[in-house]
Amino acid sequence: MNKLVEGHDGKPVIDNHARLARALPSFPHYLLRNAEQFRHQVAMRHKDLGIWREWTWANLLVEIRRFSLGLAQLGLQPGDKVAIIGNNRPRLYWTFAAVQALGGVPVPVYADSVAEEMNYVLDHAGIRFAVCQDQEQIDKLLSLKDSLETLEYLIYDEPRGMRSYDTNSVLAFDFVQRLGEQAVERDAGLIASWSGDIDNIQTDSLCVMLYTSGTTGRPKGVMLSYRNLIVTCLNANRFDHLSQREQTIAYLPLAWVGDHVFSYGQSYVAGYCVCCPESPDTVTSDRREIAPSYFFAPPRVFENLLTSITVNMEDASKVKRGMFNYFLKVANKHGEKILNRDSVNPAAAFMYGLGKLFVYGPLKNRLGMSKVRVAYTAGEAIGPDIFRFYRSLGINLKQLYGQTEASVYITAQPDGEIDANTVGTPSIDVEIDIADNGEVLYRSPGVFLGYYKNEQATNSTKTPEGWVHTGDAGFIDDAGHLRIIDRSKDVGKLNNGSLFPPKYIENKLKFFADIKEVVAFGDGRDYVAVFVNMDLTAVANWAERNNIVYGSYQELAAHPRVYEMVHDHIQKVNEDLASESRVAGAQIKRFLVLHKELDADDGELTRTQKVRRSFIVERYGDLIEALYSDKTEQFVSTDVTFEDGRTGSIEANVILATVDGYRTPQMQEAV
Amino acid sequence: MSTALDEVQTPLNDNTAVASEAAPVLLSVDNVSLSFGGVKAISDISFNILKGEVRAIIGPNGAGKTSMLNVINGFYHPQEGRISYKGKTRKRMKPHQAAASGIARTFQNVALFSGMSTLDNIMSGRSLKMHRGLIWQMLHVGPARNEEIAHRQFVEGIIDFLEIAHIRKQPVGKLPYGLQKRVELGRAMAMQPELLLLDEPMAGMNLEEKEDMSRFILDLNSEFGTTIALIEHDMGVVMDLADRVVVLDYGQKIADGTPSEVQANQNVIDAYLGVAS
Repeated sequence: MNKLVEGHDGKPVIDNHARLARALPSFPHYLLRNAEQFRHQVAMRHKDLGIWREWTWANLLVEIRRFSLGLAQLGLQPGDKVAIIGNNRPRLYWTFAAVQALGGVPVPVYADSVAEEMNYVLDHAGIRFAVCQDQEQIDKLLSLKDSLETLEYLIYDEPRGMRSYDTNSVLAFDFVQRLGEQAVERDAGLIASWSGDIDNIQTDSLCVMLYTSGTTGRPKGVMLSYRNLIVTCLNANRFDHLSQREQTIAYLPLAWVGDHVFSYGQSYVAGYCVCCPESPDTVTSDRREIAPSYFFAPPRVFENLLTSITVNMEDASKVKRGMFNYFLKVANKHGEKILNRDSVNPAAAFMYGLGKLFVYGPLKNRLGMSKVRVAYTAGEAIGPDIFRFYRSLGINLKQLYGQTEASVYITAQPDGEIDANTVGTPSIDVEIDIADNGEVLYRSPGVFLGYYKNEQATNSTKTPEGWVHTGDAGFIDDAGHLRIIDRSKDVGKLNNGSLFPPKYIENKLKFFADIKEVVAFGDGRDYVAVFVNMDLTAVANWAERNNIVYGSYQELAAHPRVYEMVHDHIQKVNEDLASESRVAGAQIKRFLVLHKELDADDGELTRTQKVRRSFIVERYGDLIEALYSDKTEQFVSTDVTFEDGRTGSIEANVILATVDGYRTPQMQEAV
Repeated sequence: MSTALDEVQTPLNDNTAVASEAAPVLLSVDNVSLSFGGVKAISDISFNILKGEVRAIIGPNGAGKTSMLNVINGFYHPQEGRISYKGKTRKRMKPHQAAASGIARTFQNVALFSGMSTLDNIMSGRSLKMHRGLIWQMLHVGPARNEEIAHRQFVEGIIDFLEIAHIRKQPVGKLPYGLQKRVELGRAMAMQPELLLLDEPMAGMNLEEKEDMSRFILDLNSEFGTTIALIEHDMGVVMDLADRVVVLDYGQKIADGTPSEVQANQNVIDAYLGVAS
């Protein structure tokens, strides 16, 4: 550990006791406060049968209390685990607070997991109650019920198709609420004692268990305390100045920590309104109607939106297309500066204003982003062009870096300090450290209690001093922003000693539309070399426009003009890499364009379209060795599987090219 | 604990069998024959449909299945035989009378208003239930407006049921075939029929679409108690969905019974697989 970083806005990272002392101990406490303080304000919206229905905080308290008392009637005890399974629906969100008020622990589960995966999580957590959206989830659980000894009650939100189920263990949400109501009719004192029980919730006790999706190995149950989440949410709201006036749309999986924090934690703490879409398919039009002020989406959502804008503009009339293209250029030039409130010359400001009137405004309205004050993207690297596009329109899109184990926030970009390549500065109260092997470590009040029933994993992730290993390699750049380069186990070293982050390099190239897939080599080698897979749709389009004739994929891939194009892209990436001292040595020296598309059917990609590096090393060993020799051509024969299952082979002479102007820092020094 | 459960008996948890052997006959076809000039499409067929059941009509191409549906909803008039619906026997009935008396249908080829939205197409299924006249509806005030709101609410329920909220405002002509079929079912549902005739609801669908459609048909039958008569080629679907099956071949009835009975029937096997001569 070599470097300690100061917190956001240069203040020391010791937490602010006075501010945090005002924090309430738990989310049910916040519910009571909001029902008092924001009683007439809308807390939740849901589009049902084509109409937006609303609940104020006061309504919300009544609904939640009814359900909570109903659960108590069914015998829910403090410490009981309650699974929540389904899409973003108000009643599932109410379940969190209803369970917490009784001292229970909600465990949201990914609704699309198959029965077997779900079985592991439910069994591991020891679930007693499950609150499900509909018949689909109930059926899934009923098929598992024999192997789940602890599971007693299944509660469903949507009654459709539920007529003929066993009524003693499968209950309607309404029915449970009615149980609560009747209990109050019998004993009116229950309401007061319910609020009284909330006062006994300890702020350091277990608040929620979130299972990590488990791309490697079994899912792990991350235990977060009330303090973890509440302090993190308070800090996040302060960082972006979020108040009870915000509005957000909840459409990401309930079981994902991001949704839990954005749509539950931060909403309760700030008192802002969460809107639930009609169905997962209507999110785009529902978002347009709601116009959220605070919005989160993974990069692919922004990519898809941009693609659909581009496609629609191709079909638009000439005048509209001309305006769109013209004003987009204006935005590209000045938008970022205007968004950052830097000074621009009056003429440019005027043109941008016109653009806002004719293009950016209507476009933002279409996207449902007219009112966005803060939008975040995270999870993967976002293409700099995509990122800039949204920012130039005046949408305050920022990046953040987070983990379930940190209650989301590790770093985030402060307003006005935006760079597509970084994930921002440490969030409030977060300390960051870079280990000697480049791994990013952090310590914060949001750091999780541990993995449920998995001491070993807890100890290997979290040090006794509270530092957490992220498993990601990164570095702090000169402006104090964190850059994530790769999973730390994938980062290698070149023979000259420089860092070799394969994914970082590959991503930079993949952001060019003509390039579909890239595989970078360099660990233990003298220089970096890459395989490039062109994107047939984009390149074919380009070939047509440039009168390039070709007979097959293979022929197009070997075309000198294609090589020229890829060469130019690589040069740009090299320039980019050269400007970052940590990775300047990892510039690309040699490349080839593969004669066939990498395909999951041939085992070159996983089914989720990720490159299987080890397999490619084995299969294309000759090509790799040729890249590290002086050869300019290499014969290769590969077996392929066609879509109907037949096999055959493709033979080709693949051309190997060297990048002009390749110059590493060492070479620079020598000159 | 159990006492608390016993106190409130929600209708949603109510367990009622929809179709049973004792169910009354909703529609019966007696000795019906239909010919077009010299071609005998249907000859001397009798069968009945019980209230609340899913009844399938199957048979090879040209067996007379669609003609049978057309006879039931009054589009064709049989030369011989009679049809009783809800206990009333009738000789001739026009399609709009059939519709008014609670028989709705969908078609083998999609027959929607392709320029209109999903919502408007389904709303058109409510037109028989609108009571205010043209002038009122054009003015769109007071009672006419209230009436439309009530109908819209009903239609929204169907949209939710069929999970087509995302295409509510889209013109149906642009929708994929599977969704158009669903909208067509929605329009038929909007009539709140007692008897719903489905002509090949799953023709041209892929496996997933078929599964979805099967679920909608079963739910429609069990949740709303709608009696369903359907023509279908996919035997797997028929065997899963239908309570009883009637098999036609060359305009004649060759079998009638539960799916398993029909499947074991030698005449049916011969008709579908051909007979070695």
